[in-house]
Amino acid sequence: MLKNYFKIAIAVLKRRKFFTFISLFGISFTLTVITVAVAFLNKFINEDYPDFKRERSLYVGTMELKNTKEGWLNRSDVSFYFLDHYVSKLQRVEKMAISSTAQASNAFVNNKKIVIEYKYTNADYWNVLEYEFLEGKPYGAQEILNASRVAVISEETRDDYFGPNVHAVGKYISADNINYRVIGVVKNVSKTLYNFAGDMYIPYTISRQDWNEVALLGNCNAVLLAKTPQEIPQLKQDFEQMMRKVPLPDKEFDKAFSNADTYFESVTRTFAGDGENSGVTKATGLLLTLLSIFLLLPTINLVSINITRIMERSSEIGVRKAFGASSSTLVYQFIVENLILTIIGGLLGLLLSMLAIYFINEAELVSNMQLSLSPRVLGYSLLACILFGLLSGVYPAWRMSRLNVVHALKAQ
Amino acid sequence: MIRLENIEKVYRTDTVETLAINGINLHVQKGEFLSIMGPSGCGKSTLLNIMGLLDEPSRGQIRIDDQDISRYSDKQMASFRNERLGFIFQSYHLINDLQVLDNVELPLLYRNSSAQSRRALATAALEKVGLSNRTKHFPTQLSGGQRQRVAIARAIVGQPQIILADEPTGNLDSAMGNEIMDILINLNRNEGTTIVMVTHDESMAQKTHRLVRLFDGSQVQ
Repeated sequence: MLKNYFKIAIAVLKRRKFFTFISLFGISFTLTVITVAVAFLNKFINEDYPDFKRERSLYVGTMELKNTKEGWLNRSDVSFYFLDHYVSKLQRVEKMAISSTAQASNAFVNNKKIVIEYKYTNADYWNVLEYEFLEGKPYGAQEILNASRVAVISEETRDDYFGPNVHAVGKYISADNINYRVIGVVKNVSKTLYNFAGDMYIPYTISRQDWNEVALLGNCNAVLLAKTPQEIPQLKQDFEQMMRKVPLPDKEFDKAFSNADTYFESVTRTFAGDGENSGVTKATGLLLTLLSIFLLLPTINLVSINITRIMERSSEIGVRKAFGASSSTLVYQFIVENLILTIIGGLLGLLLSMLAIYFINEAELVSNMQLSLSPRVLGYSLLACILFGLLSGVYPAWRMSRLNVVHALKAQ
Repeated sequence: MIRLENIEKVYRTDTVETLAINGINLHVQKGEFLSIMGPSGCGKSTLLNIMGLLDEPSRGQIRIDDQDISRYSDKQMASFRNERLGFIFQSYHLINDLQVLDNVELPLLYRNSSAQSRRALATAALEKVGLSNRTKHFPTQLSGGQRQRVAIARAIVGQPQIILADEPTGNLDSAMGNEIMDILINLNRNEGTTIVMVTHDESMAQKTHRLVRLFDGSQVQ
């Protein structure tokens, strides 16, 4: 039976080539966009180098001070003082990785300008995050204590500054007129992980900045590592309780918000939320709405093409009914045919996606970001394909199954 | 075998009501070859469609083998048509996208039969109509007579007890028409298949056991 449906589906596809082109283009283009978008999202949301412990990590990124009476607020990254003085005291925090936002410094090598984005970190930064060292090692508590002028640089910085694949450990690199001894080289981090991507990492104690200045707003962010994933909800609560006790810096503000977020919450908060609201619902709703609209338009197009195609085949429908096909059998047949069409479109879409991803990676749209078609992305694409096939096939098939046999036979 | 009791068929539009069949009572015996004649628009095809459960009467009852089939569900109706009835149409109604063998197999797709047995039965049916050498052809590659023979093979492949033929020779020249008629007569004679045929051709009708004439929806002979 399925073989028969397959033969018919292929014959119908060959019959009206323009319709087939429009249908396949609609499906494959939509799927390509969805697949590439999912690959992007995958890069943002799922565990990725060097942040591999997300299930037991919470992210502290922003501090929001609010004057609820006047309705204005001040929002920024958190201060080192806040992390060191309050957050590090939480008992369920096993380790805390602190890093500053990146600062840029220009270096000139062989008359070529190199922009080095450097970050200050603490020692536990290297224990919480799992950077892959191509050579050397990270700095530890002793170097932090001594304010040693040492640096861990990225592979890209090494290649630009010292030359491709040149051994860099022990050599000196200059940023803002200070020479740092390179003690480690790490594999590049995708710019999508903006909290962890950098060209150079140095001990925070080197900075002239007063890290102990009493303030809540600053230029740091942190990853809090719990002992087990089960402790995460409790750690979130501990953080909330702690926030209630944090004194406000001045009378200008009457409320302070900072959150220990899961990674997804930390992403959604930046574009869809604020201090009080993580923005997960809003962001998820927005994504789903966009996805629905994006799926709906080609679906409506396919529905109308399918109706035209099916009505062209009314004689066949009449014959099938006359020889014993029930309405439900015919609905099944046309849905299967439509699924065959969408799966062919899906395969083309996958091919296009692979090409698109290849070109996006080649073009380095985002520094060091390598998109990939993971099994998860493939799974979502397949799901979208089936959803597409069902959505665009069910209504035309239902309409067709209600055709009167005599009218259907006369239609030829 | 087929008993039509007081069958009426009315077509309604917003303004007009047309009586296509007017109180017809007809009993077709098992193994009979019956022809229905009448001028165009007298309700011959409508009557045949009602007998074949392709159309519903506005009034009256259809009994086949003493079963009242007017209360059948869509599924039961479909299965009844599949197992007991075979159709032959004037314009063949073959599926042009399928090869001859696939067209003939079609009724068997809606039964629980293996691909192998479907193939064997379809090949045997094509042999009966003398087209075993055209199995891989598409309908558009065949002549009118050959297409009608494929349609007959499709009608008989499921070994139905009743064949309903709506002007099976209507689109063919007399030589081809006679060939088709011979196949139908042989089916009726050798296999005992009950056949009801609508025709315009008096000479074809004379070859059947009984002739029923319709005029303006009523039986006149």
